[in-house]
Amino acid sequence: MGPVTGGMSILPTDDNTPSPAATAGEEAWVSRGPWRRVLEGLLASPTAVLSGLLLLVIVLATLLAPVYAARVAGSDPFRSGLSAKIEIDGERVPVMQQSTEGLGLGVTPIGPTWGPQYFLGADTQGRDVAARMLYGGRNSLLIAGASTLLCLALAAVVGIVAGYVGGRVDSVLSNLIDMIWAFPVYLLAISLSIVMIGKSYSFGPFEIASDSLIVPILIIGIVYVPYVARPVRGRVLALNQSEFIMAARGLGIRRARILLRHILPNVATTLIVFAPMLMALNIVTESSLSFLSVGVQPPNASWGTILQDGQALLYSRPVVSMAPGLAIMVTVLLLNLFGDVLRDVLDPKSARGR
Amino acid sequence: MNRNRMPASRRRHMLAGATAIALCTAFQPALAQDDAHYGGTMKLLAVAAGGTLDPQINYTAIYWELYGFLYDGLVTFKKVAGADSAQVVPDLAEALPEVTNDGKTYTFKLRKGVKFANGKEVTPDDVVASFQRIFKVLSPTSGGFYGGIVGADKCLAEAAGCTLEGGITGDAAAGTVTINLVAPDAEFLYKLSVPHASILPADTAASDMGNTPIPGTGAYMIESYDPNAQLVMVRNPNFTEWSKDAQPRGYPDRIEYTFGGTEEAAVNAIMNGQADWMYDPPPADRLAELSTSAPDQLRVAPLAAWWYAPLNVNLAPFDNLKARQALNYAVDRNALVSVFGGPALAQPVCTILPPDFPGHEDFCEYTLNPGPEWTAPDMDKAHALVEESGTKGQKVTVVTDDSASSRGVGTYLQTVLSDLGYDASVQTISGDIQFTYIQNTNNNVQISISQWYQDYPAPSNFLNVLFGCDTFHPGSDSSINISGICDKDLDARMKAAMALGVTDPEAANKEWAKIDHDFMALAPAVPLFTPKDVDLISTRLGNYEFSSQYHWLIANSWVQ
Repeated sequence: MGPVTGGMSILPTDDNTPSPAATAGEEAWVSRGPWRRVLEGLLASPTAVLSGLLLLVIVLATLLAPVYAARVAGSDPFRSGLSAKIEIDGERVPVMQQSTEGLGLGVTPIGPTWGPQYFLGADTQGRDVAARMLYGGRNSLLIAGASTLLCLALAAVVGIVAGYVGGRVDSVLSNLIDMIWAFPVYLLAISLSIVMIGKSYSFGPFEIASDSLIVPILIIGIVYVPYVARPVRGRVLALNQSEFIMAARGLGIRRARILLRHILPNVATTLIVFAPMLMALNIVTESSLSFLSVGVQPPNASWGTILQDGQALLYSRPVVSMAPGLAIMVTVLLLNLFGDVLRDVLDPKSARGR
Repeated sequence: MNRNRMPASRRRHMLAGATAIALCTAFQPALAQDDAHYGGTMKLLAVAAGGTLDPQINYTAIYWELYGFLYDGLVTFKKVAGADSAQVVPDLAEALPEVTNDGKTYTFKLRKGVKFANGKEVTPDDVVASFQRIFKVLSPTSGGFYGGIVGADKCLAEAAGCTLEGGITGDAAAGTVTINLVAPDAEFLYKLSVPHASILPADTAASDMGNTPIPGTGAYMIESYDPNAQLVMVRNPNFTEWSKDAQPRGYPDRIEYTFGGTEEAAVNAIMNGQADWMYDPPPADRLAELSTSAPDQLRVAPLAAWWYAPLNVNLAPFDNLKARQALNYAVDRNALVSVFGGPALAQPVCTILPPDFPGHEDFCEYTLNPGPEWTAPDMDKAHALVEESGTKGQKVTVVTDDSASSRGVGTYLQTVLSDLGYDASVQTISGDIQFTYIQNTNNNVQISISQWYQDYPAPSNFLNVLFGCDTFHPGSDSSINISGICDKDLDARMKAAMALGVTDPEAANKEWAKIDHDFMALAPAVPLFTPKDVDLISTRLGNYEFSSQYHWLIANSWVQ
């Protein structure tokens, strides 16, 4: 995806005065608090409500992974279950099933039972795929969410400092952003992962283990910073020239106060609009890295690692690949749908233009 | 080459009587049919390349399978299928050597007219330089295989200036090479038959040649090599078949070995007729389908090999004997057999020497009820040993290569180590570097997954090579004693057993069985299973032959 450039017309604060053509109803809408208006806007959209609810269901389901594994599946999804047996129709059957036909070669993990145990079948290690899907989803969402927050925070700092301070600082930061953005995102992420994954890091009393989720969070959080920092900088540059900022300066208000009271709230809405889209991107990036063995490390799971596990079972047990693929697709679709509505709500001019 | 055979058959026709003519006439179409098989391009696949091309350094089954058709030694293993494949036959030497001086001196007479792929004729100087080079490049078997040559001790101490003075001499005028040993060695001809004893041009650089092919004398030469993409072998223009047993001319004109992709993709390519063979075993889940849908394309053969997990005896936690023994007790070998495709393709093992191998005796200490065979893991004992060792909670990383089977075994071991109370993780690295990575002590590998296939049918090839003091080279990529164990007493007993093999092979084998037992008491590794070779071949591939030494004799098969 290419960079989004230019400022975005967003949540009305000091600079967003109602147009002369605004109706009485719109005036009333504008007169309410900005966050309440956002909430009302979202609730008024069936798409936002439905996608939001479904996202909530996915998040809750993944949070309940330990409960599902312990109480329903009755297995540890991180332990090999190569010798495990389960009861089906009163009969104990092995999870890893030895071929009895032809030359009698090969072992195939049990397929979907559609029951509590091995609902989606087993993987090559005899582990419950459904339980791993929930744990994997938790990690995928955690990494995507945390890297989104990290990315937005870094992008906000870089974009605001560059746009507001200007001069040489802007020049250095802008060139740095351009330099990072010049690398293909996936190539940069894979390169960083290869270098960073599999090693432990110590920072004084703090230690990051080789298989820690912090490593993919950091990598994914960093590679998308230019994607957000550039429009944030553009927005700040536009705000700098706006009448209410000029007026504030003219009144002798301190720079820090202008930054906190006027610039930041306007930029915050830009960041909020980016959040769901960035999260969707990060889910796909995390899955890609994990699929390539440079993201979440075994025995930990993510939707990407389960996809990788399923690759070896593509012919005999396709559900092992299809399940995480479907989960990624649905989650990303829901985030994009929700993000579209959120952008419309935070950008009334754009919404009215439709 | 093709022309050389036809006149011979014609001569037989001319000299034979009426009956013979009738027989020959019946034979003729067969010969013509055989000739028709020469040519074509054979396409091979592997998940990863095998690393360096240097035949005196590379120690991987993937390239040893090729070296048999690229390089020659003074002697070699007969390139035929079946039991005869373990037989040593003369190769660059005209005949098997004359052994004198109470078994300590071997004299070889070189064949005349054999040329390297660069056009230079093989001379005794090339042979002498090649043996010196084994030490100069720190060949992984320089100590284990060739340490018994006179002067080898100095070469092992200072490789760069290796001359093997008194150990090997060449007589250019007589065309002979003489090798002197410190003591008789019953396995010496076997050791001369492996690729590390390949004869290379004397001017070959005394360093790892990496991706640059060294000219050989085999039927083929390497045209190009990119370890990330492809290796291409073409016919050696300077080759003339001198012995079909030693170096057959091979059927395909060109062999293309493509690296990358997955085992799944390789299976699909073979089933779609886009490739002829895959180096990696087909994934366990595809085997079930293939064994019913394409049984004619599968070949299963027993191997003298084992899959094992070397435990670094110089690094925590496995510097503790009880920790090593605990893991041996805890591993469920049957579970690992299922990773490899089930009992039809693998058999649990407890010993270093594989079943049916010289010196092997059935015994299993690390099982629920110790006896001749492994029965089940003994987790209670394993937990108790970990507690006693005081290593519980320590971090352990299992280093595997990226093949499906190796990753599967690594993930399983990670579970077992976690169950024992360790903070275990798995590190998967590319197959073309994993084997050298786990050998180098600088990488601090605690436990890894590795495999060992016999170089030759002698117990020392497992015990002395994998656990001998001479094969442990700290800081080197060529340190095949991955465990890093060096037990002086057992080392001396191994040397004595090798000497005993010269006069009394049976007594030597009994001693090797005891040594195997005593090594397992020290638990420098976890024996996992002995695999069977399973090859998936294309429908067009014919004349599949399996050798116990080279495995599939690649160039003995045809593709047209």
